[in-house]
Amino acid sequence: MNRFANRPHHDELAAALRESLRTLIARLDGTARFELRVALNAFEILEREAAYGDAPADAERERLAALLAQDGSLDELRGELCARLRDGRASPDDPALLTTLRAGVLARLAIDQPDFKSLPLSGDRP
Amino acid sequence: MSDGNELAGKLQAAWRRARGIAVDIDALRPLSSGASSNTFAFEAVASGLHERCILQLDAGGESFVSALSKSEQARAQQAAFAAGVRTPEVLLCVGADDGLADGFVSRFVDGETLGKRIVGDSRYADARRALPQQCAQALAGIHALDADALAFLPLRTATTQIAELAARHRHYGENLPVFEAAFAWLAGHPPPARAPCVIHGDFRTGNLLVDDDGLAAVLDWELAHRGDAMEDLGWLCMRSWRFGRDDLPVGGFGRRAELHEHYERASGTAVDPAAVHFWELLGTLKWGVICQWFAHRRLRGELRHLEPAVIGRRVSEVELQLLDLLEGRGP
Repeated sequence: MNRFANRPHHDELAAALRESLRTLIARLDGTARFELRVALNAFEILEREAAYGDAPADAERERLAALLAQDGSLDELRGELCARLRDGRASPDDPALLTTLRAGVLARLAIDQPDFKSLPLSGDRP
Repeated sequence: MSDGNELAGKLQAAWRRARGIAVDIDALRPLSSGASSNTFAFEAVASGLHERCILQLDAGGESFVSALSKSEQARAQQAAFAAGVRTPEVLLCVGADDGLADGFVSRFVDGETLGKRIVGDSRYADARRALPQQCAQALAGIHALDADALAFLPLRTATTQIAELAARHRHYGENLPVFEAAFAWLAGHPPPARAPCVIHGDFRTGNLLVDDDGLAAVLDWELAHRGDAMEDLGWLCMRSWRFGRDDLPVGGFGRRAELHEHYERASGTAVDPAAVHFWELLGTLKWGVICQWFAHRRLRGELRHLEPAVIGRRVSEVELQLLDLLEGRGP
């Protein structure tokens, strides 16, 4: 965490902002309450994204490079995987592909919506 | 208030033109305004008549797929009502001749539409038990409507819908491998061809008006079209409409076997579970592209609120839903 700025530090100021938004939300109703809840949600996404830093992108790049057996930037590798899925060189039934994709999605969800969980296997699906 | 008086005057004239009687327009109030509709409640009063009504007017906003005009929507809804489907009766259509936007008036039906309450409140426990059968019957009724009499409804097959979605998605220029995997899976698993029938197109918790006894009315016919009956069953089962009841795939209130059994009994048509799965996956992908659509309209400055920007970050939720479907997870 950056300790260059004066107190409150980044996390302390963020906590104060979060508390303030929550207090306001509790006082409001209707559209204003809804819009402020959306704002708090957006702020929390940004906070989580900042806390993870570059690590998720680096990990995703490495996973894709291993799956595709080629090197490149994250954008290039994503583009290559999409191209292979479009022309049939990669299959949506390939377990290794699905495992790779799942790891990336879970890392994005950890930023966007950490409470959203995968469903368990099994059930009465055909 | 003068706006309200002006609208009331126009409604009064429209009612006289369409139904041949003079009514007073009372208690006119706006209920909601969305991208596609401005909705009002009012009461039409004359001697021997006291009718609670809903007015829906076209709001001129952009919709994701080419939605029906309000008058077409009214025709589809009225055909369903006439066939005994639980949906509000259409009383009159309004439009330019009345000095109004394209729209229609329907009979008010009381009930709840909020998904969270429908799937969770103890008040609706009996309703939830009745809903799978009632939804199956409503869907069977809709699918049995005379498609030739509603030939203005666009034909949307799996092929045309996938092509439309792919064009939309690629236009945004984001490389999303999960979406590409879903497109590839859909291309490889087309459902068997069926004779096209009338499809509601947005039959889900949120568009179902529910009272203590269950389904009171099917709402929002603007995405009605002709297509594969299994599409409506798959759409109803998407995780996005379960409102947290992930264990109950049918709208957050029922199990697949119940829905299928009641649908087969009511329609005399066999349910194809693989086709339902296909349409659930296609519907989930569609919701994902809709999230992108919101985000990109915000990025282009066409929308000004924060919400569409945050909706863009729900794409990751849809990605996980797609992977779960591809791996056969979930009830």
